[in-house]
Parts: sequence; structure tokens; C-alpha cells
Amino acid sequence: MSARTRAYSPSTVQYQVMWNRLISVVEEQAQALVRTAFSTSVREAGDLSAGVYDQDGNMLAQAVTGTPGHVNAMADAVAHFIRRIGHENFAEGDIYITNDPWEGTGHLHDITIVTPSFKNGIFVGFFGCTAHIVDIGGRGFGADANSIYEEGLYIPIMKFADRGVVDKTLVRIIRGNVREPDQLVGDVYALATCNEIGHRRLVEMMQEFDLENLTGIADFILSNSRRATLERINALPAGTAHGEMRSDGYSHPVDLKVRLSIEKDRMVCDFEGTSGLDKKGINCPLVYTKAYACYALKCAIAPDIPNNAASLAPFEVMAPENSIVNALHPAPVALRHVIGHMVPDAVYAALDQLLPDMVPAEGAGCLCNFQVSLRPRTDVPAPLYARRAEVLTFNSGGSGARPTLDGMNATAFPSGVMTMPVEATEQVGPVIIWRKELRPDSGGAGRHRGGLGQYMEVGAQEGHEFDIQAMFDRVNHPANGRQGGDIGGATTIGLDDGTVMRGKGKQFVPHGRRVIMAFPGGAGYGPATQRSRAEILRDLAGGYISPQAAAEAYGLDEDTIDDTLKRAHNGEVF
Amino acid sequence: MQDKSIRLGVDIGGTFTDVVLEYGTVLFSAKVLTTYRTPEDAIIEGMQRVCHESGIEPSQISQIIHGTTLATNALIERRGAKTALITTDGFRDVIEMRTESRFEQYDLNLTLPKPLLPRNFRYTIKERVQADGQVLKPLKRPEIESLVDQIKSAGFESIAVGLLHSYVNDAHELLIAAVLKERMPQAMVSLSSQVSPQMREYERFNTTIANAYIKPLMKSYLVRLKDRMAHKGADCPIFLMHSGGGIISLENAAEFPVRLVESGPAGGAVFAAHIAARHGLDKVLSFDMGGTTAKICLIKNQTPKTARVFEVARTYRFKKGSGMPISIPVIDMVEIGAGGGSLAHVDSMKQIRVGPESASSEPGPACYGRGGARPAVTDADLVLGRLDPANFAGGTIPLDAVASSAALQAELGDLLEMDVETAAFGLAEVVDENMANAARVHAVENGEDLSEYTMIAFGGAAPLHAGRLCEKLGIARMLVPAGAGVGSAIGFLRAPFSFEANRSQFMRLSDFDAPAITTLLNELKVEATSFVRSCDAEAEIQAQYKVYMRYSGQGWEIPVQLTAIQAETPDLATFQALFQREYAALFGRVVEEMDVEITVWSVNATTPAQSVTPVDIVSSLPLMTTQIRRALFDPATATVAQAAEVLRSDMTPGACIAGPAVITEDETTIIVPTSRRATALADGCIDISDKGADL
Repeated sequence: MSARTRAYSPSTVQYQVMWNRLISVVEEQAQALVRTAFSTSVREAGDLSAGVYDQDGNMLAQAVTGTPGHVNAMADAVAHFIRRIGHENFAEGDIYITNDPWEGTGHLHDITIVTPSFKNGIFVGFFGCTAHIVDIGGRGFGADANSIYEEGLYIPIMKFADRGVVDKTLVRIIRGNVREPDQLVGDVYALATCNEIGHRRLVEMMQEFDLENLTGIADFILSNSRRATLERINALPAGTAHGEMRSDGYSHPVDLKVRLSIEKDRMVCDFEGTSGLDKKGINCPLVYTKAYACYALKCAIAPDIPNNAASLAPFEVMAPENSIVNALHPAPVALRHVIGHMVPDAVYAALDQLLPDMVPAEGAGCLCNFQVSLRPRTDVPAPLYARRAEVLTFNSGGSGARPTLDGMNATAFPSGVMTMPVEATEQVGPVIIWRKELRPDSGGAGRHRGGLGQYMEVGAQEGHEFDIQAMFDRVNHPANGRQGGDIGGATTIGLDDGTVMRGKGKQFVPHGRRVIMAFPGGAGYGPATQRSRAEILRDLAGGYISPQAAAEAYGLDEDTIDDTLKRAHNGEVF
Repeated sequence: MQDKSIRLGVDIGGTFTDVVLEYGTVLFSAKVLTTYRTPEDAIIEGMQRVCHESGIEPSQISQIIHGTTLATNALIERRGAKTALITTDGFRDVIEMRTESRFEQYDLNLTLPKPLLPRNFRYTIKERVQADGQVLKPLKRPEIESLVDQIKSAGFESIAVGLLHSYVNDAHELLIAAVLKERMPQAMVSLSSQVSPQMREYERFNTTIANAYIKPLMKSYLVRLKDRMAHKGADCPIFLMHSGGGIISLENAAEFPVRLVESGPAGGAVFAAHIAARHGLDKVLSFDMGGTTAKICLIKNQTPKTARVFEVARTYRFKKGSGMPISIPVIDMVEIGAGGGSLAHVDSMKQIRVGPESASSEPGPACYGRGGARPAVTDADLVLGRLDPANFAGGTIPLDAVASSAALQAELGDLLEMDVETAAFGLAEVVDENMANAARVHAVENGEDLSEYTMIAFGGAAPLHAGRLCEKLGIARMLVPAGAGVGSAIGFLRAPFSFEANRSQFMRLSDFDAPAITTLLNELKVEATSFVRSCDAEAEIQAQYKVYMRYSGQGWEIPVQLTAIQAETPDLATFQALFQREYAALFGRVVEEMDVEITVWSVNATTPAQSVTPVDIVSSLPLMTTQIRRALFDPATATVAQAAEVLRSDMTPGACIAGPAVITEDETTIIVPTSRRATALADGCIDISDKGADL
């Protein structure tokens, strides 16, 4: 190597290293939360997020977790904390808290904790994190409330700890208002711990690189992200398109309508024309709508650009006040995910017109969650061992078929949370999951088939009865196909004696009965007549489609069907 | 005539088969290209080479310890047997539905990994056991018989049986096994209650299926190997390295081949643990960097950290969740896609990205001159002066620095407006940072502070990067042992006979049942000991006890070690205190007034660790001086320094050299950063320590 003068600036390489490091720090922050949390929603399902912010509240890095719904909400939240608490009141050892749906992440069940970070006594930035806790009091997690006041305890933005001293009054109020006080307080501490871990790593990094503040690295991250995002947007053809989709709602069907425009330096989603508020708790604050609209667009055009203030800014989302995607206080919002998870399908209906062959067909959309409240049977004297228990489960239907690929079977989209193992669920309470397996024929037919939904059957151990809190959609409005693909299978729910049940709300299940549920499939993409023969035979051999569907939807002749089934039975691989 | 002091260690890796012959304290080693079709060919060639070199006859070898990637590769390449699954009615798709999540959130065209068995190979049967082990729906023998007949007529060779909650009650699985034995005596059977008796059906079923899937292949290979070795004169017992870092008999390995997955890297960790013992080091980070990946492992008190579940065959950029879970006792390692062949590019944020895509051996990094046009880590190392182009791999592969520069300029420099050296510096910093991040995260997850650790570096690319990694991690001291190129095979020779038995069974401390604990741990001890006894009829066998505990309501357990006395006379207050201590160490604080529960019980039976001879302390000789200089880029100061260059073979015990320096040998090159000083130790290790630290 020669000693000639070189034009390099070592800081560029160092900034690259620091950006990598910050992403690693927030991932670690999120991991710490998963490992210390008590709520199943956090520890098993990954319903949480974590991020680091500069001193003005700009998000610099965010962990990629199971919840796109927290993406923008988290990016905006810290600004609310700065405004409410005031710069002059930040002190070392402080911990701030809220579960405000409008200044946090969309419902009372999400607790957000923000911690200011100090290096050598000088304030340098924030760590923030959010987790979905299982209970916040009120009517319990479900859609049945008529206003936010029935949905549980509301904690405005305030100090949880002041210079290291926890507010005992607040803790007593929390404990006095929720069903599982130990679990909730444990989770608040877990959130505080995870910020603390992030903070320690940040200070180490600042020492290593001799930084006094985050200004330089923030500029580097934000300017590179902004430029990269704008390059992507400006490479797209400008234009405007309308998209819509319809789902069950609670009181009445809900129409989501969006006008999407690709403009210079920005993409805009306007939800003008969307249905108004529902009476019950499926309404969605705008922060959550923004998160899913933005997530849908980022997946399509800039999947590799990390989330931060600059990479999110060019995606603008607006909606009329008190439409179901911009619910204002005091609308009930506990199950805002039922609407929020449908937002990508509406956005994709529009984007498909502007950028063909990119987005999937409609899928199951919202997660197929239910909560079971078990208790000793009341019709006759219950056995002594019978007990009470609350069991929450997370399940997924099928995702929509893609332009070049089938949809994914029983896999969440747009949410990214995980299911719980059946063996673990049955350890939590006296519940029995009799069945959890794929639902044949529920994937919409098409050149590419929609992902399959799933069957679940739920009962209780001998001596128990229970209520089931259903949170399902797509009972009356199954997923629609794109480019000629067929609809996916609709949701069904009922008792094993044939009684039909409702897709949403709390319902009683007597001793000895089981609930039989079929969760929705994704829709197909392109005409079924164009599906390759090999794929049809493979689907038939594996029982992903029935012989009847093979004949009716895909036009397979009887001899081929018989021959395929016979070969499958004899152990042939397709 | 077999001689007890003569043993052979054999590691079949993806590219090379390493053979090490130990005669007393002397080691002879050979590297032979792996022969995929008949892996034993390479072993025989290697054995003959080391025998020839040492003048020892194969018949004198008393033991062969073998580890192999064959099991892992069979899973990755899907080259297993025609295997059927029998599972509980209603649960046919457990291995296909996985966790119902996407391991990559932002990829609309994500493809999920295919389950090991297609859907028509997965059969269900009516039966059900409850979470507490009670039978809810009895299993009827005639139904098993008709199902087995159907499976038989479909021509399956291997059968996996995985029923819900079989880890608490295995009666139904045993009944199915009995019918299979009766009606399909030739079929190989794997029961989930034996392969992996742990809660969580997805992990347990998948592990059992993986075992069944590779069983015929591994069994036939192991039997053939034994015959061929005997035929070539080595008619001694053959033992197998398992993923948990111990060795088991050939017969046990053939029965539970899934335990052989990742046995090669486990050997590397055992190798590092042995070096740690020799030097009396209680906190060691082992760092093994080869051509494609780097592996990092924490070794405390000379024992590598273990885990109960890991993931193999990742299909998507080594991403968590993109592979398949295997729940068996395993040495806990972080593996990342960072090796000498890892390729770099610039992404849309103008960030340099390195790996996990690798240039492999064909075409290889640009400097190999075999048509590779994209810059790899090795290209950066060459441009930064870390490698001597004329002396790579003992001079067998001449390196072309011009090609490296061209690739770096075209793929990085032009896009980032950097000159070649800066681009190389950026590439090296990014790959080092990736590895450092992985190490930091792993340490934090285990509640450890790396600044108290010593690094032990081995594998072809490790000594080039380990010095910088230590600077980044704040690690003051590292050792580069001799024989680092065949570390895993040497590690096999250092491993004890061991077997870990696990059982899932819940117990809240509020329902603490001392007699039940004694019975359970004793059962596990008997089970584990019998495996070890089958390998060695005489040796002393120690039992190591561990329970996994958590607050009731949490989802993650933490391991808590028990002494033999604590395990044999269990006591509530002790269990409580041990848990709280571990929890506080990991997460900073305990949670008051919460009930604690035990979820998994584990007993590891093992023969004692090999005794080690502590390394003599040598007094430092005066600093070596040399006229040979090489321009070496020092990343910590971002400047080019004139580094001293010496041969490792010239560094006699006590020899010292100050960084910046380059120590060369045939297998690799050790880079001594400006901040460090290198000292040769009595056992041939090179000690690279912070100049500021006490030596």
C-alpha cells in the first residue's frame, strides 16, 4: 500500500458501524422484553416493539418485531411525551408511561414506556418500547364496550419513576384496577428493564466512538434513509388509484376506501369515503391505520430500508375524523386490529392498479384470536378440582396468493405474531384444543392458490364450562381474489351440536360442548384455469384441495383424480 | 496390538475431512478433501497418511472418535429416507404450520421452508392424552394395526411417532411401537417420548421426524464405516461426538442420529474448553471463523454453555425462524454468515453489507483468480496487508491483489466515492462489527460481561480478525492455539463420554414435592448413566443436575445448576434462592412475591474431564526484532503502519513481539493490532494481549 494521500473520511465507515450497532441495540432491547415479560401476548406471540430516538424525538432505529402496528405509532409517540412532560423536566432515572390509544399505539392494552437517556449527566436521547398486555381491567379484552371508559384503566402520559423513584400511588391504582395485577406490574418492570439495557449499550457505543451527542449519527441515518426512500418513490410512475374492501364489522359491514397517489417525494393514502364509527370496540385510531397503510407500502416498494423517522415520513396517511380508521376519543378501540389488519388489503387494491404484478390477493387479514374464560360448571355441583382460568390464543388464517407464488397456509399477514404451542396452552388452564390443523379447500382457487386457513376445536376439561370471547372477521365477507382469482373460505363458528355462534363477542359454552371454528383462507391470484397441472396434483395428493374442488375449481377429470389419490395413498411424492 | 495411548479423531466437514492421530502427547494431522459419496474413503486416506507419518500401524489405534456434518447435510439437502409420521388426530399439520409467523416481516414474496415430510406422509390416529398425562381418549389396537398395514403397503422405511403430551405419558407411543415391531419388523422407529421428551409439539415432532428421516442413512454409514476401518486394520471401538459436546457409542448414535447434528462445531468448542483448562481460564469466548460462517460460544469454568433447542438448515440468510427447530441438548453457539468467502455489496442506503452470501471455493474471492468478480472478506484482508499474496495456504493458492482491488473499487469504492483501501477498511469493519454484535447480543442474553473474558480463536480466518474483534469487544487477552486448523478433530479427543437426559414436567414451588423430585432426577440419572456405561464399563461417572425455572406466567426458563447434594435432598428454600440468584444475574432484579415454577429437568451423566497439565509460565524474552516489514492497515487508528513480520515457527516459548505485527504460518496468519503485544507460550499458543494490560 502506498503512502499517497487518500480521499477517505474515516467517519463514513464509523457511522456505518454505528448505524449497524444501533439496530443491534434495539433488537437486543426487544429480546430482553420477550425474555422477561409475563403476558403471553408478549413472550409467546412477540406483540411488542422497541426503538431508540434522538433528543428531538426522531426515531433512529426500531426493532423488527411481530407488530407492524406499532411502527408509526412508536415513531410518533415520543413527540407526545416530550410535549406532555416538557424538556425542562427530564431527569436521569426518570421512566415515563402511558397507554393512551391516541398518543401511544391504538388501544389501552398497549403499554408504552419511554426512558430518557443521559451520558455524563447530559441528556442525549430516548429509548421507547411498547407491549400488548393481556388485561387492563374494564370489560376485558374484547369488542363489547360502548366507549373507551368501559375498556379499562387509562394511564395518561406521566412519570412512572421520578429520578429513579417509582410512583407507588400509580402502582396501587394500577394494581387495584386490573384482573392480573402481578402480571401487569411485572410487564411494566420488564418494559423499563428493556429500555435500561438499550441505554447501557448506547452509552458504551458513544464512549467507544467518543461521541458527546447523537446529532452526527442521527443526521447520517436520517439523510441516507430519506434519500433512499425518495429514490424508490420517485422511480415509480406517478398516478392515483382508488381501492376498497369490505369486512364484517361488528354492528354493520365496514367499507374501507382509500385513494392512493404516488407523487414526487411522497405517497399519500386518503381514506375519504370509509365507513363511520362502529358502536363497539373495533374502531381504529389514526396512528394504527397509518402504521398498517405505511407497512403495506413499505413492504411493496422499500422492504429493505430500516424504519426510522426519515424513512417513514414520505408516506402520508389521512382520514376523516370519526371514520372507523380515524376514531377519536371516547370511541371504543380495544379490537382496533380487526380493522387495522384489513387496511393493507384496501391499500393493495389501489396499489395493484398503479403497480401491477406486485401485491398479493386479499388474505385472512385480522388475526383469528379468541380468549376463553373457564370456570367450574354451574349447572350441577362441580368437582373440587375445577378452577378458573383465562386463556388467550393467537391463530392465523391463510394469506393471499402472490403474483408468482401461492399464499402461505395458516400464516399471519400483515401481523407477524406467533401462535402458542397447544401443549403450552393446555398447561395454562383446563382447556382442551381438540384440533388445530389446516383447512382443505379454504385457499381461494387461482393460478396461484390462496393460503389455507385452519380448523380449531376447543373444549374444557371435565367439570368446567366457559365463555369464549370471539374476535373473528370474514364470516360474511371472505377474502377477494385478484386478477381473476377466487375468494378464500369464509370464517365459521358454532357448537358441536350445530348451534351457530357469532364471529364477535362473548358467548357461553355449556359443560361438555365444544366450539368448532374454521378460520378463513386467503384468496387466489389469476384464473384457476391457468394453474399448473403439477401443482393441482400436488394439492390433491396432499389433501390441500378435495377431489370435489379438483374437479369443480380446476377441471380435473375423474380418472386423474382417482389415479392421483391412489398414488398418494401408496406413498408417492408429488 | 492396540495401544491405549494411541487414538484417532476424525471430523468430516463440508470441504475437508480432518484426521488427527494422537500418540501420547504428540499429534499428527491430515486434511483430505471430503468424499461425499463414500465419506469413509477420506477417513481411510487420512488415517493412512497420519499412520505413515507417525510410523504407527492402524491396528495399534485403540479408539476412534468421530464427528460429522453428514447428519446436518442430509437434513439441509433433504436426502433422508422415505419416512412416515403417526400423530394425534387433529394435529396432522403441526410441522407445516410451525409458529404461524413470518421470519421476515417485509418480504411479500417470502417462501416458508418446506416441512421434512409431505402431507400425504403424515398419518393421524384417534387418541388423546391430557396435559397432566391422564388419558382422555384411549388408543385402540385394531386401529393401529390397520394404520400400520396401510403404511407398510405404501413402502415406508422409517416411522416417526409423535403424539400430544407424550412427554408426560408415553404409553400410547409405546403401544404403537409394539404394533410396528410386530407388523413392520424391518422399519426403523423413532418415538418422540424417547428422541426429545420435551413440551412444545412443533419442536418435539420435528426433532423426532428429523431423527427418523436420517436414521437409515446414518445407520448404514456407521455400520459400513466400522467394517471398512476394521478391514483396513483399525478394528477398535468407534465412538461418535454428539451435539452436546460429549461422546456416545456407535450403537446409540445409530439409534439417535439427530444427536450428531452440529457435532463438528461442538468439537471446536470442546477444543477451546480444553485450552481454557490448560491455561486456567474460567471465562472464555471461543471464536471459530472459517470460509462461510463464524461461530461464537461462551465457555465458563471450562464448560461450553449448552442449550435445549437450536435451529438447523436455515433457508433465508441464516435468519432465525427460517430453518427447523431441533430440541436436543446442544452446545449453545451463535452462527453468523461471516467467513473469508463472505461477499460484500452496497445497499440502497449506501451502507456496506457483508454476507451471508459466500463466494465458496468456486469461484472463490476475487483474489483467487478463478473468475470471482465480487469482493469477499479475503480480498479486503489482502488489500489491508493482512495476507501475503505469495504465501496463502502455504503458497498453494497464489493471491491476485490486483483482482481484489478491482473488485473492491468496482463494487464498493465507485459507489461510495472511496478509494480501494478505504473500501477494504469499510468491508472489514462491517464484517468485524457484525461478528462483534453477535457476540455482544449472545453475552447479554446470558447475563455476561465480555470485558472479563479471554478469547480463544481458531479456524482459518479467525486469527486475521480476532485482534480487531477483541478491540471492539473490550477483550484484553486472546489465545491462538497451535493446530487451530484441525481444532474440531482435536476437540473430539478431549471430549468425555456423556449423555444428557431431559424431561418436561411442571412443578410450582408452592407445590414443592421433594420425594417426587428425588424420584424423577434419579430416573433421569439412571437413564443417562446407562448410555455412558455402554461406552465405558469402568470409568467413574458423574451426574450433573440442572433444572429450568421461571416465574409462573413467564414463557422463558432459565437454567439453574444444582449440586449433587441439592439434587438428592431437594429443599424448597434452596431452589428458591438459586433461582433468584440466577434471575437477578441475568435481568438485574427479581420480581417480588411471584410464584416460581420448574418446567424441565435435566441430568447429564459424564466421565470426568481429561486431566490437564497446566501450562508452564515462561518468562518473556526481550522483544523480537526483525527487518522484515509489511504495510498493514490498522483499523483502530485508521492508518497504515509498518508491521513487523515473523514466522510462528521462529517464536520459541517466551518470544514477544509488539504490534503492529504479522505472524505467519502455513495454515493462517495472525494479525497483532497496534494496541496489542504477542507472546509465545510454552504449549505453542500465541497470547495476544492489550499492551496496557498486565502480562
